[in-house]
Amino acid sequence: MNRKLTLALLAAATALGAATAHADITVGVTLGATGPGASLGIHYKNAFQLMPQTLGGQRVKYIILEDGSDATNAGKNARKLITEDKVDVIMGSNGVPSSLQISQVATETHTPFLCLTPIAVKDDAYKWTFSVPQPTELMMGAVAEHLKANGVKTVGFIGFSDGWGDLMYKATDFHAASHGYKVVTNERYARADTSVTGQVLKIMAANPDAVVVGGSGTGGALPHLALVERGYKGRIYHNHGTVNAEFIRVGGKSVEDAIAPTGPLIVPEELPASHATKKVALAFTQRYEATFGAGSRNAFAGYTHDAVMLLGAAIPAAMKKAKPGTPAFREALRDALEHVKNVVGTHGVYNPTPANHSGLDDRARVLVQVKDGKWRLMK
Amino acid sequence: MNTDIFLWLAQDGVINGAIYALLALALLLVFSVTRVIFVPQGEFITFAALSLALLESGQTPGTLYILVFGGIAAAGLDAFAALRERAWRRLPRIAALYLVLPFAVAALVAWAAPQKFAQWVQVLLALAMVVPLGPIIYRIAYQPLAGASILVLFIVSMAVHYILTGLSLVFFGGEGLRSRPFSEAKFKLGVVEVSAQSIWVVAASAVLILLLWLLFERSIYGKALRATSMNRVGARLVGIPSVLTGHLSFLLAAFIGAVSGILIAPITTLYYDTGFLIGLKGFVGAILGGMGSYPLAALGSVAVGLIESFSSFWASAFKEAIVFTLIIPMLVWLSLRSHRVEEDEEP
Repeated sequence: MNRKLTLALLAAATALGAATAHADITVGVTLGATGPGASLGIHYKNAFQLMPQTLGGQRVKYIILEDGSDATNAGKNARKLITEDKVDVIMGSNGVPSSLQISQVATETHTPFLCLTPIAVKDDAYKWTFSVPQPTELMMGAVAEHLKANGVKTVGFIGFSDGWGDLMYKATDFHAASHGYKVVTNERYARADTSVTGQVLKIMAANPDAVVVGGSGTGGALPHLALVERGYKGRIYHNHGTVNAEFIRVGGKSVEDAIAPTGPLIVPEELPASHATKKVALAFTQRYEATFGAGSRNAFAGYTHDAVMLLGAAIPAAMKKAKPGTPAFREALRDALEHVKNVVGTHGVYNPTPANHSGLDDRARVLVQVKDGKWRLMK
Repeated sequence: MNTDIFLWLAQDGVINGAIYALLALALLLVFSVTRVIFVPQGEFITFAALSLALLESGQTPGTLYILVFGGIAAAGLDAFAALRERAWRRLPRIAALYLVLPFAVAALVAWAAPQKFAQWVQVLLALAMVVPLGPIIYRIAYQPLAGASILVLFIVSMAVHYILTGLSLVFFGGEGLRSRPFSEAKFKLGVVEVSAQSIWVVAASAVLILLLWLLFERSIYGKALRATSMNRVGARLVGIPSVLTGHLSFLLAAFIGAVSGILIAPITTLYYDTGFLIGLKGFVGAILGGMGSYPLAALGSVAVGLIESFSSFWASAFKEAIVFTLIIPMLVWLSLRSHRVEEDEEP
């Protein structure tokens, strides 16, 4: 009788002990699959359906909240996830303003934040933030090199009248001096505008050698169509936010030859076999399209994937120092994220350091061009 | 700025202004008849435009679910009221309007969508799906509260707007859509090149405004609407049912919104939530016209279009701010001028 009880107790204790040793890692996510950023948020969110349930040998629980593409809501969600759900790491959101809000909360509460939008992670205020997407300067650098190679001297800019437009303008202007061109216009429009005639006329009057459009998704098509309609003959460049199938569907024949930088996962089939990310990108694109339909590939789902990969690479080192669910674990996870090496994602190879919380290099960008109604790799 | 650019901008402003004018008329009509500030007016634009774009690609637009389920809800409300009053004879009419009609339209669209008929057929299908939504929305959201204050009706409008925008996102997705132009032709008018589509927009707006004028001046229903908007209590005393004028004004509003949507769908990319902003600019136009006169509202809307177009040339980053700032001096002037007590509550 006594022995039976002891055994039962022992079994229970072992079970309990095992449970504590294998405590789940909780990932808090806030995204806007509704609201003005819905067209991006839906893709980010979709990708979480394909993410593994174990990372670095640990079970992972994802808690996804909706912020309606609203910065205030994103901040609130982040706080809720951290204080109520005790998440170990936070991910989000589509939109720069939302991400900046989450970043503040992350810094304040000492929670590692894998940011899914490109924000400039520079000083101590971003100590807990890691930017998964390519920095805009890195992306637009590819455009700047192409401009330089084609002897472009003047560039007209037209972009969204929001944070994304600002980022794209800054990135285009950032490379101007070193690549020998001048940005001659800074026109703005809103995604919901019915006409960009005024802005386009101003660009036509300035007559630049090329135009850079700082829009995203189908929103990039409106100025492109207006420029073509007015008979603009120069090259029109877009950015990585625009590269999806819907852009071509809306733009039709007029957007043929449009050029944009993007992460390599948009065209994994066309990458040379030696390309570092080809295998991962191809596998992910196939899985994504198998679930969400042919042609549904997009850069945003890739950022979700890469954020989870980075987390997976950092977990083993953090597990050695502390248990999930504790402040010590969050601290350890942050340190580990700064020291992971050669994490191959869909977009590029991540080598973050304490000084550089992005850690991507030139391998994370390619130029693509619309040819016969499809985004094709530029050779 | 030279004459060329001036003419281009003026042309652009007039085209957008024509659409805003249509919406301003619809808003004014609904407001004066039912005292509802109809925020979801823009949603009819979105529904019609995106339904047309989906029909063109051979898909079945989700609008028909809104139509069918909205119809069922409206029929339920009406049938409940009729049963409580034991007015059995009303039932067949309720069933015909709210059940048979929506289901017939839905069945027709579901059958016609994959067939890819000629464009004018698809335009008619889109109209058939969207226009009945007007009376259905009135029946569900506003009729039970017809006597409430302007503020309550406005809050209901906001709720309806959010619900419809949410449904729009579910059915049309987050990315923008565009439909084919009715005609690719272009005409040289001096230095300015005018596309046939923009002539369509201006001409259709002008014809629609003329038809509305005829309706108000000549037909008995138009006169009933006018009477209600002049004096709601007086109209009821002479036997004009307020339920009828409410349904009628929402029917017209939905028709105007749907036509606007179909007109602009080929010239711009529309998103699930674009209609709201366009409707809002029509509202600014109506306010510029003093929120009381149809010709002034139309003029005010054209002014909004022109100001928008010119400010997008000079200061594109501040375009929206400039357009919406316009209403502040106008509201100040309106409130200084007005001495009468608002005809707000029912006596």
